[in-house]
Amino acid sequence: MPKDHEGIGAGTKRREDVRFLTGAGNYTDDINVHGQAHVHFLRSDVAHGRLKKVDTAAAEGMPGVIRVFTGADFEGVGGLPCGWCVTDRHGQPMQEPAHPVLAQGKVRHVGDPIAAVVAETAEQARDAAEAIEVEIEDLPAVIDMKAALEEGATKVHDDLTSNLCYDWGFVEENREAVDKAIKEAAHVTTLELKNQRLVANPMEPRVAVGDFNRGTGEHTLYTTSQNPHVIRLLMGAFVLGIPEHKLRVVAPDVGGGFGSKIFHYAEEAFCTFAAKAVNRPVKWTSSRSEAFISDAQGRDHVTKIELALDKDNNFTAIRTETYANMGAYLSTFAPSVPTWLHGTLMAGNYKTPNIYVNVKAVFTNTVPVDAYRGAGRPEATYQLERVIDKAARELGVDPIALRRQNFVTEFPYATPVAVEYDTGDYHGTMDVLEKMADLSGFEARRKESEARGKLRGLGLNCYIEACGIAPSQLVGQLGARAGLYESATVRVNATGGIVVMTGSHSHGQGHETTFPQVIADMIGIDADMIEIEHGDTANTPMGMGTYGSRSIAVGGSAMVRAAEKVINKAKKIAAHLMEASEADVELKDGQFSVAGTDKSVAWGDVTLAAYVPHNYPLDEIEPGLEETAFYDPSNFTYPAGAYACEVEVDPETGKVEIKRFAAADDFGNIINPMIVDGQVHGGIGQGIGQALLENCVYDESGQILSASFMDYAMPRADDVPFYDVDHSSQTPCTHNPLGVKGCGEAGAIGSPPAVVNAVIDALHSGGHKVDHIDMPVSPARVWAAMNA
Amino acid sequence: MSQIHITTTINGDETEYLCEADETLLDVLRDHLDMTGSKEGCGTGDCGACSVVVDGRLVCSCLMLAAEAEGRAIETIEGMGQGDQLHPLQQKFLEHAALQCGICTPGILVAAKNLLERNPNPSEEEVRYWLAGNLCRCTGYDKIIRAVMDTAADMRGAA
Repeated sequence: MPKDHEGIGAGTKRREDVRFLTGAGNYTDDINVHGQAHVHFLRSDVAHGRLKKVDTAAAEGMPGVIRVFTGADFEGVGGLPCGWCVTDRHGQPMQEPAHPVLAQGKVRHVGDPIAAVVAETAEQARDAAEAIEVEIEDLPAVIDMKAALEEGATKVHDDLTSNLCYDWGFVEENREAVDKAIKEAAHVTTLELKNQRLVANPMEPRVAVGDFNRGTGEHTLYTTSQNPHVIRLLMGAFVLGIPEHKLRVVAPDVGGGFGSKIFHYAEEAFCTFAAKAVNRPVKWTSSRSEAFISDAQGRDHVTKIELALDKDNNFTAIRTETYANMGAYLSTFAPSVPTWLHGTLMAGNYKTPNIYVNVKAVFTNTVPVDAYRGAGRPEATYQLERVIDKAARELGVDPIALRRQNFVTEFPYATPVAVEYDTGDYHGTMDVLEKMADLSGFEARRKESEARGKLRGLGLNCYIEACGIAPSQLVGQLGARAGLYESATVRVNATGGIVVMTGSHSHGQGHETTFPQVIADMIGIDADMIEIEHGDTANTPMGMGTYGSRSIAVGGSAMVRAAEKVINKAKKIAAHLMEASEADVELKDGQFSVAGTDKSVAWGDVTLAAYVPHNYPLDEIEPGLEETAFYDPSNFTYPAGAYACEVEVDPETGKVEIKRFAAADDFGNIINPMIVDGQVHGGIGQGIGQALLENCVYDESGQILSASFMDYAMPRADDVPFYDVDHSSQTPCTHNPLGVKGCGEAGAIGSPPAVVNAVIDALHSGGHKVDHIDMPVSPARVWAAMNA
Repeated sequence: MSQIHITTTINGDETEYLCEADETLLDVLRDHLDMTGSKEGCGTGDCGACSVVVDGRLVCSCLMLAAEAEGRAIETIEGMGQGDQLHPLQQKFLEHAALQCGICTPGILVAAKNLLERNPNPSEEEVRYWLAGNLCRCTGYDKIIRAVMDTAADMRGAA
């Protein structure tokens, strides 16, 4: 029987934490393979140029140098593939440029790798890289997205027709109806805004260690990845031509990802390739500076949104036009972010009948952009919840009442942007928020702030997200070049202990704790009897990994399915042992019993019989107790919530201080509330970072001006408050076995509009008629807006 | 270039190592002494993942040369607990789940322990400012601050 504190819904302490707390975690940079050499990449210091010469002769003679590689070494090798092909408004596939492992012909962003030195030590490799003679003919850098699309603009890729990756309309058939509804509306609120570029900055920089065994012909790659099987498939099949059975990818303890470690990167392919070429294990550890110019970045949308309302303030139409920056190359899932992860969420929590989303994806001479915590959904939520607040102000109505009036209340609800919300209770979640955030006490707090010479503002917003990506057949139709199921093997040992091998990957989410909670509940045994293995393609079934808040909803469901198969087989064995009919066998608290009798047999006796089949129905079933399941979801899950933020603005300096933050979320059923709290906290921390601090900036020549922690303002402990979080509003997901929705990205999606809405509210309370300030809402921007 | 011979004390044990003149204390801990609990998150002293204590002072080991450790007393995450016995801060971080991916955790624990040795009764603001040198991207800091303050309260109660 599981201890009370270990089943579903318990705040079980995280079993992975002891190794992290004692410094005993095993991260990729902690792995050193005997005899390893080290890599240093020579990266472009200009944003755009033609490579005229790459002379490695001097570098090759430097101390410790084993070999120097250039783009020429990769001419016969595949480029980095893109995993999603978006079809444009006119039915044409997106423009898809080549993405070589090392630059060939041109460099296209600061940080584009030109050459790589493999040497005995990292220092020798770095010194030798400086001796490589590179001659680059500078080309004009394409940085601004709208300028990039002008006639005659310099092209990032010479072989494409323009810098436009795609012009996407969604849903194209809605376009005329939306135009008409906006024309006939009683009121239209328009807002133009930027969702600025961010850098994910997991605290562990990326690392790759390639190893090749000449005796067996097997490659091993240790890498900082959220999805080792995806890396194995992409790198093996599309880049290096290594069959999967000769390629093992290991992602051990990974120090945060937030999306940036989903993608297949050049450095992974290089280390795998070079290990065979030089017959040595080859290790690369990114510096933080390199991370700023080589990790895929996030967001970077420029949007105009129009919200139409009838005379009774019902939403009648939404029309958006967004320019989405792809950067210089298409990172693995980049095209899907501003389209299928963004356009499909433009209905938000509201029953707006007409919606049209237009997205122009643009190539520029900047670091590639791809999914970052929330990926498309924060961009959708931000514009929608900002324009609703602006509309409420223009119409002189309460922003909460305006939202409530337009909430979707009946489920399932088919939106005009192609998704169907299975369940939700947006009024219920808002009720929780109003109470938790003590909204009725706000005016008193505002007066207290004003007495101290500060402006106080209250900002609210709702959000909805689509998680648990995704039904494979659906995403296949939408352009995904992968299935998006998840897998699990449940291996029961003879003495009853269990190992679950999951295709999900934990890099902070706590799977090693939550997954056993589920199995412990199903069988009725102690969670300590269950171990989770993940992150190694050699011992886990083909899985798609962890991102998009999908682990418990998809990976957890696969595990449940595999465990159900195990239990069904165990019941057959138990029936034989008890000389009963299988249909009468029940499993409860780790005991199999026969209904209506006193016959019972313990879990451990049945598992032992499975492996010592002396008294066993061998004519009916095989020995052993191990099952695998692949779970392909039938729909997305739709977590939703309502967030409230209170800020104080110093009218003298424009500095914003967050005084209170409350988050009410509906995640459906909860496996471990303590872990869910932490996931929401972390998301809010990142959302506050985006709202107030973080900004990835390029100058017009394409130099990145924010490429260190001195220049890129990460949220620190003194920038954020304690958070009030509540996930008691629960409408279980209707289509997965656990009724779960996913909680990893909610905080980052829900928090930026609350903060900005609060700042605008504070400024209005001081008589400053400011409609909008782009993020990050820095003191300089706030002060300028107040004094405009 | 000849290597430099250093004799120092790490977590109470006298330790000798040879290092290059340009190697940092973090390099030596991780690469020569197999003490990989200290992490390099930036290499510029901005993130605190490599925090250690040297003669009672909290330092970023990525900014200190290994050769400067001669005759000093160094404390790292590996010396924080006693065998299987977690330090009260480690225990409290476990109870609060004040960590997620764990990569910044050793540095934060080392920094927090140093704070509590100087100030056994810190205010929330003092904890936040002291830990402002340690970046965590996972937790939003909420549980970290609570765990440190909770530990301080327990340790005061026990004293």
